[in-house]
Amino acid sequence: MITSQKVSQTFHTQRVTIFNLTQLHKGYKINEMCTSLRSSTNRAAYSADEESYMLRFNLSEREKELVRKRDWNGLINAGGNIYCLMKLGFVVHHGLYHMGAQMRGEDFETFMASRNGKGAR
Amino acid sequence: MARIVAGIGTSHVPSIGGAYDRHAQNSRDWKPLFDAYIPVRKWLADLRIDHVIVVYNDHVGDFTFDKYPTFAVGCSDGYDIVDEGKGIRPLPKVRGDFDFSRALCESLVSSEFDITMCARMSVDHGFLVPMHLCFDPNPDWPVTATPLEVNVLLHPLPTPARCYRLGQALRCAVESYPKDLRIAVIGTGGLSHTLQGPDFGVMDPEFDKRFLDLIERDPSALAQMSCRDLMESGAGSEGIEVIMWLVMRGALSASVRRVHRNYYGPMTTGMGLIALEETPGSGV
Repeated sequence: MITSQKVSQTFHTQRVTIFNLTQLHKGYKINEMCTSLRSSTNRAAYSADEESYMLRFNLSEREKELVRKRDWNGLINAGGNIYCLMKLGFVVHHGLYHMGAQMRGEDFETFMASRNGKGAR
Repeated sequence: MARIVAGIGTSHVPSIGGAYDRHAQNSRDWKPLFDAYIPVRKWLADLRIDHVIVVYNDHVGDFTFDKYPTFAVGCSDGYDIVDEGKGIRPLPKVRGDFDFSRALCESLVSSEFDITMCARMSVDHGFLVPMHLCFDPNPDWPVTATPLEVNVLLHPLPTPARCYRLGQALRCAVESYPKDLRIAVIGTGGLSHTLQGPDFGVMDPEFDKRFLDLIERDPSALAQMSCRDLMESGAGSEGIEVIMWLVMRGALSASVRRVHRNYYGPMTTGMGLIALEETPGSGV
């Protein structure tokens, strides 16, 4: 069933960011803003005016720039939790697989072509 | 007396929920997943399950990182469906059993598991996907349920050994409950997946198959590992949620019979299933 070499490469904890209290402390504002997007009213406000929305959560200029660039690895490194960031992804039309392809350094089509059953999405 | 009659380990991948809502169960790439649950649903119906304890993790749907419990138990007559960022899924509200939850909390705390007790909880895909894979929610859920939420997101996480012992405490709690309830415990999450960084999408089918073997036959070997060991031996960073299967397995006896098993890894997560049945009269 599992055939693609690209799917089963070796996992190294050195290559991921373990989400711990240090990361949460660092990325608190990013996560707080993303968490607020559970509300449809807030999602509409975000879509209407991203800059004002970031201002409301007092993001630093560096954090704002990561959001503007949709730099998902940068946001993870800045303390963002992936499940919080996914809520931002929904609003800015970057689904999880788009986010993932970017984090791997691939385009979306290359990433999808590496999957065993891409209809299961 | 209440009795645990079945244990299930199952993935709770959110895209399964999306496929269910779109009625895509029979599409080419989803069929191998959904078909595996057809006999599981029948088996559970034949076992006449009254109540389900769902060991799951929230994905910042209801619980936020401002205050983050390690173990939390729902103590309500019902549980709403949470908006995870894409709107609320069209599923009936989950029916709870307050009396059972209260007795469960009393027993767990007396067993020195100092759980967070929640008068109000809303549930996300971590809870709902396993529930609608195992039970038909239409027109209403055929069972009541207790959500047992575990921190698998914010490290430090509970150790695998702690999860296994929580399962053993769950069994004691169930067996001290006076009503004749037939109970299933569902451990959810996994199997291998990593959802961040350059290793996004890495799965390890060999790890997953070994995990399915061990959870059935030698769970104490898994319970002896650390979270880091589990992640590095193939679970991946987000796949560490497999520790929740150990809660389920700890609640079952050594002499369970495996009735179903499935594995499918189409996209970014190894989707595992195991169904275990207690043999009548088996002890811990």
